[in-house]
Amino acid sequence: MTEKRIEIVWHGRGGQGAFTAARIVGAAYALGKEGRYAMSFPSFGPERRGAPVRAFTKLSTAPINDRSQVSHPDFSVYLDEGLFPRRSPASGIALVNSKEDFGLDGVVSFDASRLAQSMLGVPITNTVMAGVLGSFVEGLDPQALSVGVDACMPPRLRQKNLAVMEKAYSEMAVGQ
Amino acid sequence: MTKAFVSGNEAFAQGIRLARPAVVSAYPITPQTVVVERLSEMVADGELDSNFIHVESEHSAMSCAIGASAAGVRVFTATSSQGLLYMAECLPYAAGGRFPIVMMNADRSVALPWNIYGDQSDSLSQISSGWIQFYAMNAQEALDMAIMSYRIAEDHRVSTPFMVNLDGFNLTHTYENVDVPDQEQVDSFLPPYSTTNKIDLEKPVNMGFTAGPAYNVLFKMSEHMGMLNARDVVPPVEDEFMRIFGRRYSGMVEGHLLEDAELVIVTLGCVSGLCMDVADRLREDGVKAGVLRIRYMRPFPDREVQSALLNAKAVCVLEKDVSFGNAGVVFSEIKSALYGSGCSCAICNRIAGLGGRDISFDDILAIFEELENRPTDVGFIGGSAS
Repeated sequence: MTEKRIEIVWHGRGGQGAFTAARIVGAAYALGKEGRYAMSFPSFGPERRGAPVRAFTKLSTAPINDRSQVSHPDFSVYLDEGLFPRRSPASGIALVNSKEDFGLDGVVSFDASRLAQSMLGVPITNTVMAGVLGSFVEGLDPQALSVGVDACMPPRLRQKNLAVMEKAYSEMAVGQ
Repeated sequence: MTKAFVSGNEAFAQGIRLARPAVVSAYPITPQTVVVERLSEMVADGELDSNFIHVESEHSAMSCAIGASAAGVRVFTATSSQGLLYMAECLPYAAGGRFPIVMMNADRSVALPWNIYGDQSDSLSQISSGWIQFYAMNAQEALDMAIMSYRIAEDHRVSTPFMVNLDGFNLTHTYENVDVPDQEQVDSFLPPYSTTNKIDLEKPVNMGFTAGPAYNVLFKMSEHMGMLNARDVVPPVEDEFMRIFGRRYSGMVEGHLLEDAELVIVTLGCVSGLCMDVADRLREDGVKAGVLRIRYMRPFPDREVQSALLNAKAVCVLEKDVSFGNAGVVFSEIKSALYGSGCSCAICNRIAGLGGRDISFDDILAIFEELENRPTDVGFIGGSAS
């Protein structure tokens, strides 16, 4: 079987949970099914709240050796609309937390802030956008995502984050 | 066995938990901090029955580890970068005292300029400290070496401290698939530590003594031979590891596509995997590319290097350090090993990843392309500011 690899870059600000989302998605894929591999890592360095940060997830049907940063992502996920450069991505699809329809090729908007505010009570959109991503990637259905949430989030946060993830996943899946 | 998705630091902490050290003494430093945090949590939660000793510095961390090992128990410590350099005075004490301490080092840049990111300048500067030095490629190997290192270090023919190096951030902070063994499996592989090299009221011995000009060489020779003996201990330990855990390791080095390779990258640590990916890609185009991964820098695998590179036409040693005024430490050692071995390859040195600089697929591809011209220089990747 030829290797299938999907590479994701997460764009967020310190405190928005970009790396947590990168880990949830990696764990969901790696632990959800046999023969699946993932790698998740942040843009390394000191953590500063509010500063732009990136995180990376690689998913594959073969073991992953390349630990370098993702330069040609299949998906770019923007947790913070202010970080989106408002142009079509050079590679892959951009998934943007925004209520605005940008009308750009390869850009999909989803109002994650609204959904997070209404269901979580805070505008933290990392798990919402993980659910949005899940609707595009085989192996990241809500059942797999729940494995990722269990692996990466403390018990008190799991239920509501899983609920918001499933909601985002199903809303996106309907639109596709 | 439990499937997990954890970082290199977390994987290593799991391996140490399973190895049951009686004492953990450590001082936190980025990017090592998480392994120590996890172990302290395990001790607090009762998952690990160990004395976790908060010390005030790395010098004290190693001094404490030496004291505990001299009391006859299994010990663990961990450090990185400036911390390793601060404990440098104590490293030969541990080695000369023949205390089989296991230490994880998170490979990191050395100041100045101040930099918390990964490279191999710290550990490779301590190559002559008397410690076995191992460089892990991924989190699974790191975890497995947390367990295997004690078997090798504590073997009575070896009795030498063991440093397991994990590339800072690229390995310590990257989350990936790991199989965590069961305690029963590890207990059947790794017996409790027993030694006569200890403070014992029933059989008192002189420890930590002076040896003047007449006898000093005998102790140093014995230390040298003990370290060399590890080369004979590693293969049977890996065979037994394979029988119990089902994972096969390749001894002092790991060769990838070397049988007929003409262009070879020699490297160490987690960038090795990327080099293997690139070699695989080049093979599709008929380029005879290969990779030699140095797993152990000490004891140095000179015989393995000689036989692996015998038919190579051009070799690049890729490493994340420089010995200022000369070349990379690994390059010098590889060249030295090849002298008189019959290898007629051209050999160059590429110093990359300093201060955490990303090493990409294209960087490695460019090295292989360059090898067609049989370069012999020492060069830096990223050396021309762009």
